[in-house]
Amino acid sequence: MIFTIAARELRSLFLSPLAWIILAVMTLVFGIVFDISLSAFKQSPVPDGATAAVVPGLYELAMVLLFFIVPMITMRLFSEERRNQSLPLLFSAPVSMTEIVLGKYLGVVAYLMIMVVTLTLMPISMELGTSIDVGLLFANIIGMVLLLGSFTAIGLFMSTLTQVPALAAILAFGALFLLWLLKLPAYWFGENAVSYLSIASHYENFLKGVFSSADVVYYIVVIVLFLAFSVRRLEADRLGG
Amino acid sequence: MTDTVLIDVQELSRYFGNHCAVNNVSFTVNKGEVVGFLGPNGAGKTTTMKMLTGNLAPSTGSVTIAGHDLLDDPRAAKSAIGYLPEQPPLYRELTVNEYLDFCAALNRIPRDQRLAAREAAKEKCGLTKVADRLIANLSKGYQQRVGIAQAIIHMPPVVILDEPTVGLDPIQIREIRLLIRELGKEHSVILSTHILPEVQATCDRVQIINEGQLVLHDSIDGLEHHLQSASLTVAFNKEAPLSELEGIKGIKKVEPQREGRLRLFYEPDQNPVDEIVRRSAENGWGLCELRPGRVSLEEIFLQLTTEDKADDEEAA
Repeated sequence: MIFTIAARELRSLFLSPLAWIILAVMTLVFGIVFDISLSAFKQSPVPDGATAAVVPGLYELAMVLLFFIVPMITMRLFSEERRNQSLPLLFSAPVSMTEIVLGKYLGVVAYLMIMVVTLTLMPISMELGTSIDVGLLFANIIGMVLLLGSFTAIGLFMSTLTQVPALAAILAFGALFLLWLLKLPAYWFGENAVSYLSIASHYENFLKGVFSSADVVYYIVVIVLFLAFSVRRLEADRLGG
Repeated sequence: MTDTVLIDVQELSRYFGNHCAVNNVSFTVNKGEVVGFLGPNGAGKTTTMKMLTGNLAPSTGSVTIAGHDLLDDPRAAKSAIGYLPEQPPLYRELTVNEYLDFCAALNRIPRDQRLAAREAAKEKCGLTKVADRLIANLSKGYQQRVGIAQAIIHMPPVVILDEPTVGLDPIQIREIRLLIRELGKEHSVILSTHILPEVQATCDRVQIINEGQLVLHDSIDGLEHHLQSASLTVAFNKEAPLSELEGIKGIKKVEPQREGRLRLFYEPDQNPVDEIVRRSAENGWGLCELRPGRVSLEEIFLQLTTEDKADDEEAA
């Protein structure tokens, strides 16, 4: 049932030009950056090897772009259904609220995975000329997937709050930006509890190739929390009218 | 028609803040019945239907659909319901086929039966010709039909339609009414509307709701009886003596109407037709018209809905 809803969501995404254009633009930007950093490496090779020179930069750029892109993808999830008044279809079908939320969530995650795959094909292509650091690449990929998962969960929750997609996008962007800002105090006070909560500081470990279970748990907590909030929010709709 | 109760609503109430939208409503619907749900705007029709379909949680009371409590066992109860909300819940970017496939899967129709279910629903709702068109490009009437197709695709025992004929042209309205009658043979149907002839044309039973309360619950036949009783319209070629008419046993009131017609109100169990005809023949009044007066459903509706208001005002 979850997959039925996810498949519908994915299909509707690809029926709008937005999904295609975002994929195209992202691929173009990644391609250009990949090419530039690869050329830079060729001119002045660093001892860590090609993977370390190219991959972290590419994935860090991806994070920055996703700050803007994920809210645009998630904004319509619930707010557009609210505006079109099509939610009763899901609510009166024999599916639970959790299934609805998970279905929509996985639909968007599946779309974003396509982006991760196109992004990852670029460093893999280096295998033609050199040998890549598989461990580092994997850490980056896992980090990206977890990051996307939490961005999507936050965006999905924001779209349950309003019927105006644009508002949902702005709310999601604001929330992501705030979570990122939390790492700023670390510059003055060193690592502390607040900066630990930042969504970006955990990603940096993955960029360095460090796979720490604490970081994984952080992202999973964020995902579960915001999905649970969404379920609660939609239940409240039913209760409060 | 069997007596299986498919919808059992007990003491259902719903508050929005302090405002009571539905107040202590109880009713049952048997298998194979079409029930018309009438009421002025804002009477609580849509709120009640939302509660019946699990889109809104009731403040108090219980809803049992085909033996499953909607709150305790929502999955089983909801799979027995097909619901068309006021605004058909459509995904405009999909084609009719794609949309109905999704609905079939959503309602847990086994994979190998989905195609047959979709084709049957399209056939019933007259959608075969537009199957591959985008829902966004369909006319309002066709969108409404897609909404109905969605509600019946899993052949639920209970079909709930909220104002299904709104915005349709007269031909489409006729077709939809026929479709509803057709549905009523196999499903139980609850249909809300504020178009009164629609109820007379399609329903077995009528429920009138006003200010959140059920004010009338009767079968159409019972209602017909209600409608026919108690008045007659007569006309005479010559001046008939009003006083003599008023003197006939059982007649309560004589009310002159346009073009010399008279409306006679009588006690329900004392029909004075025989007596009037006899006297007219004896006295040469020249009776030229005699028909049972009908109170229209409109009048009953108005009477019930405004009486209530008057009571409220007295109470306040």
